Amino acid sequence: MEQFDYVVLGASHAGLEALRAIRAHDADGSIAVLDREARLPVSPTVLPYVVSGKCAEDRIALRERSWFDAQRVDYRQQAAAAALDAARSRLRLADGREIGYGKLLLATGAAPALPPIEGLSDVRFHVLRTLADALALRDAANEVASEAGRSAGRAVVLGAGLVGMHAAENLVRAGARVTIVEMRGQVLPGYFDATAAARIEAVFRDKGVEVLTGRRVKQVARRGEDCTVLLDGGDAREAELLLVAAGVRPEVSYLSGSGVAVERGIVVDEFMRTAAANVWAAGDVVQTPSFFGDGTPAGGILPDAVEQGRTAGMSMAGDPALRPYPGGVSLNTYGFFGRRALSVGRDAPAQAGPEWDVLVRDGEGAEGYLKLVLREGRLQGIFGVDVLFDPGIMWELILRRVEIDARRQALLENPQDTARALMSGLWR
Amino acid sequence: MSATPTIAFDATRCDGCGECMSACASAKSTDGSSAQSRIRIVRDEESGSWGIAQCRQCGDPRCASVCPAAALAKGDDGIVAWDAERCVNCLICTAGCTFGGIAFSPAEGHVVKCDQCSDQHAGAPQCVSACARGALRYVTAANVYNRWGELEDLFVPGLGGCQGCNTELIMRHTLRRVGPNTVLATPPGCIPGMGSVGYNGMLGCKVPVFHPLLTNTASMLTGIRRQHKRKGRNVTALALAGDGGAGDVGFQSLSGAAERGEQILFVCVDNEGYMNTGAQRSGSTTYGAWTATTPIGDSARGKAQDAKNLPLLMMWHGCEYVATASTAFMEDFYAKLEAALEASERGFAYLHLYSPCTSGWRFPSASNIEVARTAVETNFAVLWEYRREQGLTLSRDIDDPLPVTDYLKLLGKFRHLDAAQIAHIERHVAEQAQVLRELAAMQPCEGRQVVGRQSDLMAVDLDQ
Repeated sequence: MEQFDYVVLGASHAGLEALRAIRAHDADGSIAVLDREARLPVSPTVLPYVVSGKCAEDRIALRERSWFDAQRVDYRQQAAAAALDAARSRLRLADGREIGYGKLLLATGAAPALPPIEGLSDVRFHVLRTLADALALRDAANEVASEAGRSAGRAVVLGAGLVGMHAAENLVRAGARVTIVEMRGQVLPGYFDATAAARIEAVFRDKGVEVLTGRRVKQVARRGEDCTVLLDGGDAREAELLLVAAGVRPEVSYLSGSGVAVERGIVVDEFMRTAAANVWAAGDVVQTPSFFGDGTPAGGILPDAVEQGRTAGMSMAGDPALRPYPGGVSLNTYGFFGRRALSVGRDAPAQAGPEWDVLVRDGEGAEGYLKLVLREGRLQGIFGVDVLFDPGIMWELILRRVEIDARRQALLENPQDTARALMSGLWR
Repeated sequence: MSATPTIAFDATRCDGCGECMSACASAKSTDGSSAQSRIRIVRDEESGSWGIAQCRQCGDPRCASVCPAAALAKGDDGIVAWDAERCVNCLICTAGCTFGGIAFSPAEGHVVKCDQCSDQHAGAPQCVSACARGALRYVTAANVYNRWGELEDLFVPGLGGCQGCNTELIMRHTLRRVGPNTVLATPPGCIPGMGSVGYNGMLGCKVPVFHPLLTNTASMLTGIRRQHKRKGRNVTALALAGDGGAGDVGFQSLSGAAERGEQILFVCVDNEGYMNTGAQRSGSTTYGAWTATTPIGDSARGKAQDAKNLPLLMMWHGCEYVATASTAFMEDFYAKLEAALEASERGFAYLHLYSPCTSGWRFPSASNIEVARTAVETNFAVLWEYRREQGLTLSRDIDDPLPVTDYLKLLGKFRHLDAAQIAHIERHVAEQAQVLRELAAMQPCEGRQVVGRQSDLMAVDLDQ
């Protein structure tokens, strides 16, 4: 049986950052990276750009093989985990082989979640999580749009999260007629507040997209090569292309009976340790605790996956510079039709007490929309459409709980320079 | 990963003139507008200070870690490079950077960041060239670390210095450069106390090392160097001594060896007192300073005498080479170490290093280098070098120093100073600076040195 000091399961952002952190402290320990994919690692976040054709599929690898070689890491493709025996520190792979580890990182990410919609298993539909998904969607989008001699076909997108919105934009650009169905009351729920979401939604409507919020799909039914999407109001859409973008679920099937606790994802402590000894977890596979300690959505955020990967790697290697993971902060940079929306942190609750302050700037055009959320004089969230600021600085201001009360107006008027000046004084 | 140059910003020197931004815009922008500058100077109205947003070229760039398209990567030149072809404009890098070092440019339609002008003006970032007040500096000290990093560390791991002491830095870097072909003398003081001579019969370094008396370091090195030379071996005779072992107890043998022109490299690590034995005063202790033997009480107010200027005393011996250096200015230190090593082949070379003492001077252990830097920037410790052929030259401009009080207030040993004592120290610092200024202004005449002896008076025959 092969044995490694460190085994990293998964080679996306969390796994790769953990690898870097381990090597930064432990130059000699043996490391294996096991990726179930048959190709070099690719970020799920880049896939919409593969669909749109902006990225060539052979130019998106996060790392080349030579990088793994330079790190003296045994990098293996098509190595999926089948079962974990944490008591004996062994991992069984899908091909039956076993690998022993000193320390193990679970960074297996997430897979598309399929909503319980009647008939879904009987129709052809797309998801977008892997490169294969992206290539299939790209080809399908071209088919829907560009068949000569007839009008463009319709595409239905289930879910108005970032994946769904990105895909909808790509489908529109490709020339399809697009319907987005979102069961919650706005697009990009959990990322943007209702006003920002309304601005974004308006842009999509201007581009001819049908946006149905607060609606559910009751049933899908096969109709030849296509399908019929029946909505909760009784009306229906014929879809030549159906994309299910209703979120993700953690990839944890190999963990049953392992002793690793799983709830909405793998349960970890502030050093990304799981309930099993010598097993860490990071990235989308984890049930990310919220920095705010409330029900604010957390996790599924790329920069967060990197932070978790770094924390896990440093913890695994025993790096004395290790700091506890502060918890997830929602954070998004979203470009749509050449415009930009940015969000960091949380919105005020519906029944906000007097300790909350919400400042809004809501001009038209270049003025853009900006909303600041403060609690006890400390930044909780900032949301902008067509207003530029540095999300990384805002994130750090939130994490450091910096008192900004005196600068609130300046932040609202010029968030970029004001936050940069704060940064320069605090952590330059 | 090797260390690489960086652009440093000193907020206290910035007046917000914006010339850096204009220079950057004319080097980088597509339309010449300052809005496209990759460096942004910002004002914090609350604190009244200027700040900067510019790429730090991080050693561990988070913008690159979070990039889903592998469009950002740190190159061997230290620049975090942006690949236009790979970039998908997702702006996630701007969430990864906590310094505002990469940001979306509406005019250009993608993120932009500083590349230290590596394309057209490599080695001369335009913002730095444009900064008349010295608020921006292009720091290339990393290059010497890379060069020194290739050399073998000749001390054992785990020298036992006090937390935050810069002496370990001095010792290791000095011996790395001087090399294995060395006999090292470390007289009583912090340096043997840290383990240079070793413990329990085990050596503390990888070259022959011995522990002379405080009084006879230079004499013993004289004999060792001469004997090796007689046997046809060119061995560097190196002393790493404290200020007591050099300038007080050890001065007789030091002065003698310097006067005879012995081929010795004598490094004095000056922490202004006998710090290893509990912080007693020495001849190098500053006027007014608290030490264990110059206490603060009803009548005593710290040391009552000025420090003697040991490096100047050594210069008047007419050594081959004398210089002062600081660990806050490593490039300068390295250059002087090179010069001193080379001069020690011909005669006596003396290198005087300022070594702030975290425990004896009473300041936080994290601020050693900052204390050392402030000492230099206030003219409290002036950096200069003397070569027998060229006389004395100042290593950096001393005409616009920071107030001496900026230095005094950093140190617990000066906490009790009254206004008259501060005025005394300020006067002394100004006088010493003036002496050095005038010495530096003297030009050597033909056939005659500015300071010291005629070279034909060098009459030591080492083969005798």
